[in-house]
Amino acid sequence: MIEQALEHGYADPRRLHGPARNARILLDNAREATAEALGVRPDEVTFTPSGTHAVHLGVLGLLAGSARAGSHLVASAVEHASVMHAGEWHAARGGSFTTIPVDPLGRVVDQPALEATVVALQAANHEVGTVQPVAAFAERAPLFLDACASAGRLALPEGWAAAAASAHKWGGPAGIGLLLVRKGVRWRNPFPGDDRVDERATGMENVPGALAAAAALQAVVAERDEVGPRQRALIDRIRSAVSTIADTEVVGDPVDRLPHLVTFSFLYVDGEAIVTELDRRGFGVASGSACTASTLQPSHVLAAMGALTHGNLRISLTRETTDAEVDGLLAVLPGIVADLRAEAGV
Amino acid sequence: MDATVELDCRDMLCPRPIIELARHLADVEVGQVIAVVAGDVAARADVPAWCRMRSQEYLGEDTADDGVPRYLVRRLS
Repeated sequence: MIEQALEHGYADPRRLHGPARNARILLDNAREATAEALGVRPDEVTFTPSGTHAVHLGVLGLLAGSARAGSHLVASAVEHASVMHAGEWHAARGGSFTTIPVDPLGRVVDQPALEATVVALQAANHEVGTVQPVAAFAERAPLFLDACASAGRLALPEGWAAAAASAHKWGGPAGIGLLLVRKGVRWRNPFPGDDRVDERATGMENVPGALAAAAALQAVVAERDEVGPRQRALIDRIRSAVSTIADTEVVGDPVDRLPHLVTFSFLYVDGEAIVTELDRRGFGVASGSACTASTLQPSHVLAAMGALTHGNLRISLTRETTDAEVDGLLAVLPGIVADLRAEAGV
Repeated sequence: MDATVELDCRDMLCPRPIIELARHLADVEVGQVIAVVAGDVAARADVPAWCRMRSQEYLGEDTADDGVPRYLVRRLS
């Protein structure tokens, strides 16, 4: 199908000649398949050049649509950087942007008296996996849902006005994001816009990429009932094994969480050193420690939770990760931690 | 606030200031205050997190004479 898309999907779907009509049909197919996989309407789906751009369009477009009602954006303190950047951009242009705190599991603390023009909340946290109480917040203000970490793996929660997702997060190609805007919601393009068939799209759609993203999403959703529980069980094993290592903090909700990832921190351990040691043994893992970040800032998610930020590791499972690979990781981890602590003199 | 011991971790990166704090906790008596002067921003999250994990009391943050953040800990055990 991808070969067919590359062969027939090169033309501008807005034009009227034959190749363009083919591209238009392929794009509409991608839109319909994506909508079906997510349980939304096809006319609620827009393909964007990235998940980040979809987040910016979603957050700022809801604010633009509600401009007469106010200009106060509220987000949880553990949102992805793309939401935080949209909020700072909004504030720099005369709006206001505040964040609400999370509990030690990373779950946003309910705000019964919340006053917001728009509230931005993730479906589940991208670093620690904790699922957020989206429905409760959707009752209080038009809600932008960041579904980038969860789309495909978990069903979309109810109540959102606009949402964003990112194809590479579910195994699709990079360079394809999704903006979802509920039918009837007040959304206005916050940017200069364009004259596409889809009024929310800017520039010529990447038709082959959109088709590949849709196919990958369908596959992930189709096998979610089989892969999800298997990943959950593997993560449970990692959580319980890692928590037996002295002075280790496993963070995030142990149950109500994304199926495939876990984050933990080892006291007195250098995050960069442990990532390097694991990489040398063939394990590719991420870290939220400051020394591993381009900004040299620790993860704002871990800091907002009051969790330890140094010595941090994030393990994400792929659909193919096996029991044996997890066994291999758990076999080497205690020794690496002990060696690094000994080197540090503790 | 006065600290009995003040650790100069100005030029250290995470997790070094926390390692120094752990090594020098016994330099103060139970009930006394030990301070960590650290420019590394991770210390702002990690000194309170260490106190929680190690059952010590985090008292808060002020600044050293040269403006570098100073984190205060009361030894409880």
